[in-house]
This record gives sequence, C-alpha cells and structure tokens, in this order.
Amino acid sequence: MLAFNRRLMIIALAGTLAACSDSNDSDDQVTPTPEPISYTFTVQVSNLTAGQPFSPIALIAHNEGALWQIGEPASTALELMAEGGDNSVLLQFADAIASVSGDAPVAPGAQTTLTITTDSIEQLKLSLSTMMVNTNDGFTGLNAMDVSSLAVDQTLTHFTLAYDAGTESNSEASGTIPGPADSAEGFNEARDDVNVIAMHPGVVSQYDGLAASILSSEHKFDNPLAKIVITRTQ
Amino acid sequence: MKASTFTLAVVAALASQSLSAAELEIKLTNLTQGLHFTPILIAAHNSDEAFFTVAMPASTALQTMAEGGNLEPLIAQANASGSDIVANPAEGLLAPSTSTMTTLMTSDSNEYLSVTAMLLPTNDGFVGLDSWKIPTEVGIYSVYLNAYDAGTEANNELVVEGSGAPGTPGIPAAPGGNAGTGGSGLSSTDNNTMVHIHPGNLGDDDLTAGTSDLNNTVHRWLNPVAKLTITVK
Repeated sequence: MLAFNRRLMIIALAGTLAACSDSNDSDDQVTPTPEPISYTFTVQVSNLTAGQPFSPIALIAHNEGALWQIGEPASTALELMAEGGDNSVLLQFADAIASVSGDAPVAPGAQTTLTITTDSIEQLKLSLSTMMVNTNDGFTGLNAMDVSSLAVDQTLTHFTLAYDAGTESNSEASGTIPGPADSAEGFNEARDDVNVIAMHPGVVSQYDGLAASILSSEHKFDNPLAKIVITRTQ
Repeated sequence: MKASTFTLAVVAALASQSLSAAELEIKLTNLTQGLHFTPILIAAHNSDEAFFTVAMPASTALQTMAEGGNLEPLIAQANASGSDIVANPAEGLLAPSTSTMTTLMTSDSNEYLSVTAMLLPTNDGFVGLDSWKIPTEVGIYSVYLNAYDAGTEANNELVVEGSGAPGTPGIPAAPGGNAGTGGSGLSSTDNNTMVHIHPGNLGDDDLTAGTSDLNNTVHRWLNPVAKLTITVK
C-alpha cells in the first residue's frame, strides 16, 4: 500500500511539474473577485382583525437580541410604538443590520408587503411589530424568527398573537387611544400599568360593562391577529 | 441487470406513492362550550382550490354556508373541481364538546385538506381549515382550528327565524337554547368585509331586551374552536 501511494505521489508530482512547465500565467493564480452577495426577503402582512387597523409595520433584520420579552418591561422604543404607533425609534434597534417601515397603516382585511435585504444570512432573524391602534398599548408581531435556513423561493407562514406592552392602563377611555375610534393621545411616557409585557387580555368595550370605554364591539379581537408570509426571494 | 431492474421498480413505486391516493381517518372535535357546528364539509383538493382565504372576500358559496349553514353551493364547487369530499359526517349539528369521525379517500393531486362549518349562534361565523398540506408519511396529526368571520354580514346578534339566506340579516337559530329575544341589535359596522378572525360574540345578560339576543355567559368562545385529528394510513 505504501509503495502504491508513493507511486501515485510521483505521478502527481510529475503532473504538477508538467503543469508548471508550460505556464506562468496559469488560471489558478487568478483570484476571482467575489460578487457582492445579498439576501432579500419579502414579508406579507394580512390584518385579520375585525376593527383594529395596524400602525405602519416595523420590520427588522438582526442576528441577536429581541424587540420584546414576555415578563420584562418594554423598552421605550417599544412603548412608543405600542402606545402611539410610532416605530421610528424601534427601527433604530441596536442589533439591527437592516430595517424597514411600512409606509401606511394596514386596515382590517388589508394586506401589505415589505421587502428587506441583508448581506449575510448566517444567524439571520426577522422581527416585526405593529400596534393595534384602537387599543391603549396593544401590539402584535414576530420576535426573532430564524430565517437563516430559508432557501430562495421558500416561504414561512406564521400567525401572530396579541400582546400588551404593560406601559399604559387599558382604560379604553376617551382621550387615550390614537386610532380612529378616538383619534387621541398616543405615547405618554408615564407608565401607569403593570410595566411588564404579557399576552393581551382583549378589549372590554362600552357594551360589555366598561361604561367609560370609547370602544365598541367591533374593536374586540381574538387570536390570531395577523397572517405573516415570509418569502426569501434572493 | 436483474438487480437494477428491481431497483428501478422500487424507485418508481416510492415516487408514485407520494402522488397516489391516500386514506385518511378524520376526527373533528367541537371544542367550544356553547356553540353548535352546522353540517360539516371536508374536502381534499388541489392547490388551486380553497373554501376561503383570509384577507380575501368570501365567495358566495362560502357566504351561503357561513350565514345559514347551507353546504350545497360549496359541495357543487368542490365536485366541479374534482375534489374528494365528505359532507355532513355528523349527520346534522355537532354539539358543543362532541366529536364526529369519518374517512376520506383522496385521489391523485388532491394534496390539501380543508374543513368548514357554520358556528351557531353567530351571524356569519364559521370554523375553518384552509388548505392544510396532507402529509405523505403515515401517522397521526393534530390541527387546531379557529373561528372566522365571513365579513359578509354585520354581527347584530339578533336571532331571526328564516334569516339564513345571504342578504337576510340575523342569526338563523340558537340550537343550544339560552338565547333571548327582543334585542335592539348590536350596532356593528362590519368594517372588515374580508374573511377574518371572528372577534367573538358579545351577548348580554338580558333575555328579553338589551342589545343582543345572545347570552354573554353562554355564547362566547376563544380560539381555537375545534381540533382536527387526521390519521394518514
């Protein structure tokens, strides 16, 4: 066996010498310039609620971290989005490698598609969040969904749940809700609620024993809130 | 030569298996405490067909089922497209917390499973499964189903006899009893006219007046409203 290997090696060496002899400009000297690689995802969001428009969707690509965590206080950026639908600070998420905002609210029954592009896919996660605007501080979204193994043209479908930011009491009172049901105040930096994020208990409405509520039966919701279809297109 | 012919035959058999008929044993459980399901329709169909698609308008056939429990237009549509169907496996209403079982033989290319039935008492609420990919691997699979609103009728929550046809507002029946009369009608601007997740019944605690004819301690629910257990044989 050893002898056999040695003979192979000699043949290989001879081949190498032969290859060298006829070229100083051989192909393997050239390092090809790597083409710039990018990964593109489209994210289609369908609003499945009866009467809760979604604030412009915030879509963030990142490798680590999370936009929110059940049982932990909301970041000020999340509070700003969940109370007032303003995602401008959330889009500056420290771990973000790319971020994009929807350009308008998404009405009940409507769909919108966002596109996001990154230059790496290893460990890549997508997070998304939006406010149910006829609530005090209700929001829905996806938290750090791993898309690193998604092939081109492959899709992932998720149905999202309702969360409560815990930063504003669910008074449903006139003057506290930014959506069309009230067109009033959104963000207020005071935290007069449990100050941890939890699943949303749902809205009560004026027809259900909360006399001071500005909301009515069509603002009620049940899970899931949204259908999300993530497609890798490149 | 013989060996390779045999291999080819095996490969061909395996390949055709994923496309050929499947036998499914299907159990549907009504998980609610106070809602009845009208006659159920189960279909195995190809990827071009669907009973409904969320965030899209309901077809007239779906509307007819969701507002009055009438399956005929959906059955006609399914038959026309070559779907394999089981209609009305419970032989009538499926009462709260009860189950029905059936079997479905699926033919080539009908690789998706859909299920639907109206929820009573609701205006246009239905339980649905949209285009679940039937696994090719033998086994037992569970899927939980949500309650949808067809988006075709305002949820006034008034029980009106004979109101099951599209265009006639009202809830055609409250089979479990416990509903009232004399409600003034819930003012609901149904601003989502697409198929969406049902916001739930509201009801009230007044059996002879109030806004709703439904009972707020009996006729509410939270998702999921049904469990589907599929045995792929």
